Amino acid sequence: MDTALFEFCLRMGDNTLVLGHRVSEWCGHAPVLEEDIALANTALDLIGQTQFWLGLAGEVEGKGRDADTLAFRRDAWDFRSVLLVEQPNGDFGQTMMRQFLFDAWQSLMLDRLKDSSDVRVKAIAEKASKEVAYHLDRSRDTVVGLGDGTAESHSRMQAALDKLYPYVGELFGADEIDAEIAERGIAPLPADLRGAYDALIADIMAEATLTIPDSRWTHTGGRDGTRHSEHLGHMLTEMQWLQRAYPDARW
Amino acid sequence: MYAQMVKSTGKGVKSREEMTEEERHFQDRVDADEKIEPKDWMPEGYRKTLIRQIAQHAHSEVVGQLPEGNWITRAPTLERKAILLAKVQDEAGHGLYLYCAAETLGISRDELTEKLLDGSMKYSSIFNYPTLNWADIGAVGWLVDGAAIMNQVPLQRTSYGPYSRAMIRICKEESFHQRQGYDIMMKMAKGTPEQKRMAQDAMNRFWYPALMMFGPSDKDSVHSAQSMAWKIKINTNDELRQKFVDQTVPQAEYLGLTIPDPDLKWNEETGHYDFSEPDWSEFYEVLKGNGPCNTERLEARRKAWDDGAWVRDGLMAHAEKRAARRTAAE
Repeated sequence: MDTALFEFCLRMGDNTLVLGHRVSEWCGHAPVLEEDIALANTALDLIGQTQFWLGLAGEVEGKGRDADTLAFRRDAWDFRSVLLVEQPNGDFGQTMMRQFLFDAWQSLMLDRLKDSSDVRVKAIAEKASKEVAYHLDRSRDTVVGLGDGTAESHSRMQAALDKLYPYVGELFGADEIDAEIAERGIAPLPADLRGAYDALIADIMAEATLTIPDSRWTHTGGRDGTRHSEHLGHMLTEMQWLQRAYPDARW
Repeated sequence: MYAQMVKSTGKGVKSREEMTEEERHFQDRVDADEKIEPKDWMPEGYRKTLIRQIAQHAHSEVVGQLPEGNWITRAPTLERKAILLAKVQDEAGHGLYLYCAAETLGISRDELTEKLLDGSMKYSSIFNYPTLNWADIGAVGWLVDGAAIMNQVPLQRTSYGPYSRAMIRICKEESFHQRQGYDIMMKMAKGTPEQKRMAQDAMNRFWYPALMMFGPSDKDSVHSAQSMAWKIKINTNDELRQKFVDQTVPQAEYLGLTIPDPDLKWNEETGHYDFSEPDWSEFYEVLKGNGPCNTERLEARRKAWDDGAWVRDGLMAHAEKRAARRTAAE
């Protein structure tokens, strides 16, 4: 089996699955109707991307597991989502800050994946990057609008950035899987995206009148599955309950 | 359509002799199936009744996100999750078109939202029932959206232009929702014994609440008579309920589900099914706020509105700052 490609697909697909789940938790509870629509739409795109990434992971693995089996029958330690996307929604500001920090990374990554040496990866990236361009537009505008809004919205956005920034560095982690994937031209080394990411974040935070924390120290353990957050287990308890309670059912 | 017991003027339909010249001209246009547009003259009662009706429908779409949202995070497959997200997104969109249609009658979306949250405006009784197993999501699509469509299809021809156009768009999406609901029920009804049990349980709990969606018999109601004369109501509640039962019974038979009504039977003479009336005392209790989920539904909407205040204020403040900066730059 092509372990490196399998792991790479899980890293992409578990991020979108976990974030899509988090965003979908907003359904019916957003601050205005337009946001209900936009959040549902974002979650829908992310779940659609999950079907592609986990579908490809299953194909690469070749053991008959499809996207649903991978999504609903793995335990937390086999997930490869970064800790950033596992973080709870918090208030709307925290949700949109998390979304922006992820969208900025995902858009840069997908842009590079459009030149992947693997045609299947390339095809997913071409489709997903159109959706993510829209996600980034929206999360960026919201971060700017709320950062540069009232005193209250500013302080909430600053608190969200302070809370979430220590999870950003994990997106740029590097291990043997990253090295092999980069070597084969499937994806860039995550670290190679950091410069462009930092520049984008710096621009937007300046416009939003928010201060990026000085420390680049980062939590890790999600993308290699060595130490997920406690939140992930609770999320899977809900997400996978039906499939595990009725394993013989077809839905 | 999710409007029940919408009050009109309460005075009954005026005869032509009692009408002013403006009212006569207006009624002639309605009778000739002309569309009334926002800037046209209209009787005050027409405007108020329409606001109540359209707003009740809009509120229902918004509150209706909650019972379905209850299962998004527990959907059984990625595809079902995606379909449900798309459906809930459509419903929020329907809320938006309908609020826009109501706004053309001179009331703002924020004012309507306040009326929902303070309890002075209602949403459909159906959304005060809980969704307890996955088959409920099928039942909501099949029965609840099915009942809604019965009402919405004729309303595409309603006299008020913006409302009619909103209905045309909404109907296209609702019939897709109903099909996907039935598709869930097919899988469940043909599935494992546990899935069949879920499907029957959903049927048992949703049948009568779905019949209640049409509202009590209004054949003698002065409100309905006026709304029908104005073509903002096209059929009586009983006609629509009968049509719904006639359509749904064969579908339930195909699924192998039992409708929880021992008196339900085909009537050769009338060419319709005879069926039992729902318990109308339960319906009135739900309208009064005593349904199984009234408290949670309104609390959820109030919390969303209150918790979102800083977001709305923040974005508004930013928009004003930007506009001021632009003016200063010029």
